[in-house]
Amino acid sequence: MMRTLLAAVLGLTVMAAAWASPGPEEMMTDPVLETRARGLYAQLRCVICQSQSINDSDAHLAVDMRAVVRERLLAGDTDREILDYMQARYGDYVLMMPPVQANTALLWLTPLFVLLAGGGLALVYVRRQDRPVDEALDAEDEARAAKLLEDEGQA
Amino acid sequence: MARWIAFLPLALFAALAVYFGLGLREDPSAIPSQLIDEPLPAFELEPIEGFERGLSHTDLVGQVSLLNVFGSWCPPCAIEHPMLMQISRSDRVPIYGIDWKDQPGAGTRWLERYGNPFVLVGDDQSGRTAIELGVTGAPETFVVDRAGRVRYRHVGVITEEIWRDTLEPMIAALEAEE
Repeated sequence: MMRTLLAAVLGLTVMAAAWASPGPEEMMTDPVLETRARGLYAQLRCVICQSQSINDSDAHLAVDMRAVVRERLLAGDTDREILDYMQARYGDYVLMMPPVQANTALLWLTPLFVLLAGGGLALVYVRRQDRPVDEALDAEDEARAAKLLEDEGQA
Repeated sequence: MARWIAFLPLALFAALAVYFGLGLREDPSAIPSQLIDEPLPAFELEPIEGFERGLSHTDLVGQVSLLNVFGSWCPPCAIEHPMLMQISRSDRVPIYGIDWKDQPGAGTRWLERYGNPFVLVGDDQSGRTAIELGVTGAPETFVVDRAGRVRYRHVGVITEEIWRDTLEPMIAALEAEE
């Protein structure tokens, strides 16, 4: 009983995963165009389910956007032209990878800055630890140290 | 090491807290329209079933108007509908409709059932025109000026408050232009 249930759940999960990507009726006959199409789907954001690309989303708008990508490929557009087409209508956000431009400079560079700043701080801290303590012991501590070392037999 | 350096992480945290706190007030899913101040993209839509005329972008030139994207499958559109009927009956501003991704006849039946606030309705079964307009969902309403330029996009239901406080004053201002 459990086995059948497990098999059913696994089967449904696999099927669901298969349905979540472009269906067989969306496949292009030209394999080169199909490869380009898949690449472009992954680079465009579904504007309804916004954490997914149109490759993964089942929203009807994603289906339409995939169809538009295919139409533009058949019309002879380059990949860049198709991405620009979508960007012109939906804005920067429709691109999964934020474009590198003036208003995204902070977005791209901040991780690098944080890494460098953190690394720099870590380096300074570690260097500090290595520096030898060069304070001389005062007389009393010197004597105690000598006695302890004698007791240990390490004078 | 100087004492004040110990407070740096706290200061940084405070600054980020303010920044993110302000950010939390924004709607992360709102995508600004790319059409603002641009001419309405060219489109030519067939009539929906039973109607004689469809809708073309040229129909929205010559007067300030609203362009409403709806569908019979869209529950918020049904919620918004009485408000559109009210605006239509008051003759304040013409409303043009785009029936988005509806099965043939479904949009017509919906309008017959609830009433038709639109001067003209275009059939966008393929959804291509909606993509041209950068539509992200229904209902969405564009405010189009006399020259046929998009001046504003409202995402979601038009309520009494939104009409009274945002759209109506905007329409009046656009009518006073030129």
